[in-house]
Amino acid sequence: MIDLEHIHRNFQVGDQTVRALDDVNLHIEAGEYVSIMGPSGSGKSTLLNLLGLLDRPSSGIYRLNGEDVTSLSDTQQARVRNREIGFVFQMFHLVPRLSAEENVELPLILAGIPPEQRRPRVAAVLEGLHLSNRRHHKPEQLSGGQRQRVAIARATVTNPKVLLADEPTGNLDHKSGQDVIRILEDLNHRGITLIMVTHDQEMGQRARRQLHMLDGRLLNGQRNDDA
Amino acid sequence: MRIADFLHLTGSSIIAHRLRSGLTILGITVGIAAVVLLTSIGEGVHKFVLSEFTQFGTTLVGINPGKATTAGGTMGVFGSVRPLTIEDSEALKRLPFARAVVPFVQGNAEVEAGNRSRRTTIYGAGAQMPEAFSMKVASGRFLPADDPTAPRAFAVLGSKLRHELFGERNPLGQRITVGGNRYRVIGVMESKGTVLGFDLDDTVYIPAARAMELFNRDSLFEIDVLYYEHYPVETVVKGIKRTLETRHGREDFTITTQQQMLDVLGSVLNVLTFAVGAIGGISLLVGAIGIVTIMTIAVNERISEIGLLRALGAKRSQILGMFLGEAMVLAAIGGMAGLVVGVGTAQLLHLLLPAMPVHTPVEYVVMAEVVAVVIGLLAGVLPARRAAHLDPLEALRTE
Ligand SMILES: Nc1ncnc2c1ncn2[C@@H]1O[C@H](COP(=O)(O)OP(=O)(O)O)[C@@H](O)[C@H]1O
Ligand SMILES: [Mg+2]
Repeated sequence: MIDLEHIHRNFQVGDQTVRALDDVNLHIEAGEYVSIMGPSGSGKSTLLNLLGLLDRPSSGIYRLNGEDVTSLSDTQQARVRNREIGFVFQMFHLVPRLSAEENVELPLILAGIPPEQRRPRVAAVLEGLHLSNRRHHKPEQLSGGQRQRVAIARATVTNPKVLLADEPTGNLDHKSGQDVIRILEDLNHRGITLIMVTHDQEMGQRARRQLHMLDGRLLNGQRNDDA
Repeated sequence: MRIADFLHLTGSSIIAHRLRSGLTILGITVGIAAVVLLTSIGEGVHKFVLSEFTQFGTTLVGINPGKATTAGGTMGVFGSVRPLTIEDSEALKRLPFARAVVPFVQGNAEVEAGNRSRRTTIYGAGAQMPEAFSMKVASGRFLPADDPTAPRAFAVLGSKLRHELFGERNPLGQRITVGGNRYRVIGVMESKGTVLGFDLDDTVYIPAARAMELFNRDSLFEIDVLYYEHYPVETVVKGIKRTLETRHGREDFTITTQQQMLDVLGSVLNVLTFAVGAIGGISLLVGAIGIVTIMTIAVNERISEIGLLRALGAKRSQILGMFLGEAMVLAAIGGMAGLVVGVGTAQLLHLLLPAMPVHTPVEYVVMAEVVAVVIGLLAGVLPARRAAHLDPLEALRTE
């Protein structure tokens, strides 16, 4: 479902060109569980943002479900992000003034879905993540693990095909991190394509497919069939 | 995005930043209140002055000696202007449209009755004055239609002067002296109050010819002609002009219709209302600058939120709409509050100072609110555009 061909992403810093992505070729099937590992600065986030249409490649072609999405307009890309892609960030990125429930509702609100259709969907995801009794809480009243679960609920309430997670456990203690990973894997079991960036070897090795990056290049990926 | 959701999101942001939103709203409130209050006073004065003028009806034409030149002065200053005389006034009475013609002279003189005396305004007038100026006689009668060149020495008192001179005694038939000449009181006028600064009650009316003699003038101040309504004003002006030109040999007089006066007065007063409103507009401008500032801060503070919304699939236009909407809602609330405060203060002012005329026209109220929203829109444009054009990645990175 995801096809990257000769993707380059250069950043101009002063008079130096940083090659954040250097000739990346990648094919990911629907339903895969992929981890992206590598040292800091190797281009993991750049790759994930590109996959999530938050960034455009300097050159190369990105096909999502067979469609070339690099040439889509801003507005069209926004629509794809809204419908097909879910993001989970290291920093959670919840809107502090909105309750857990309202945060989860946001992507549906942006899509213009009426409240009577939103409410059952929001309630269902919150229920699935054991957050029903926290739904009226503001982010500041929630623990880190709960916040990340709210963020996951928000990322999945639109039933996206792809879930992109950039260091989702980076700001969590070990136990909450384990919980979050388990939730993500559970979602993957139920069919979502999970792509997770981590620099934690232990976590990364749980994925069926592990990609390693170095200096903007994708090293040969390997399958871990025991996962 | 649905309107209700839009309002909910905007509202939550406004409430989350209560103090800041409150101050922004206050800025617009003060501006709109100032505009509403000042224009209310301006309009009030406007209406008041116009009603003072039109209480005599609009079918009145005034004739003054001297020809008004384009330079604004009158030729009269350089002499060679024939006086307006009682005979001119009599000639005008014969015109078919003339309903009432009043010769008019004014001056100050000592008025004495018994041992009381008072220096006051003397109006030399004609018998038809009550009809022309819708004045009413309280007791007795007004000056009779004597031979206008040799009228009898009768006087009619204004209500205030009557009390000054006679107290509760009946003045009818009493003798008074005006400027040393003896007159017999034949009537007292109903109270008329002050009209445009002239106290019409503290006065005595005597025949115009006698007033001219008293003040040693050979010309009337003015002749006022009340014409029948069904005559067009052009016919009236033309008729008066022809009559007087025949008598004077040329046009050495000025005809002013009530309508002309109202037009001039109206435009002067419009400038007044506008100027006063513009002063209020300056405070509104200050309020608008407040919105720009606050919205710029709001955008800076919520950069990360903007990045998130973009990641969740918000279009640029939606981000633009959210921030524009917030600015407009702030301004609209400020506008509403400003209207309430402005109209309230105007009414309170009227209550405390009944002499202060206030009037708040509905269209001003609507306009003030529209202006507030437009100001919000304009003030919100720059910050909102900035928000919409933020790079989502940059925005997400900002904490
Ligand atoms: N917006 C940017 N401007 C300039 N350089 C950037 C930008 N984003 C990323 N980079 C550079 O690209 C490289 C890859 O960054 P990133 O993808 O964030 O690495 P990782 O997520 O693997 O730590 C780094 O050298 C980083 O400095
Ligand atoms: Mg990174």
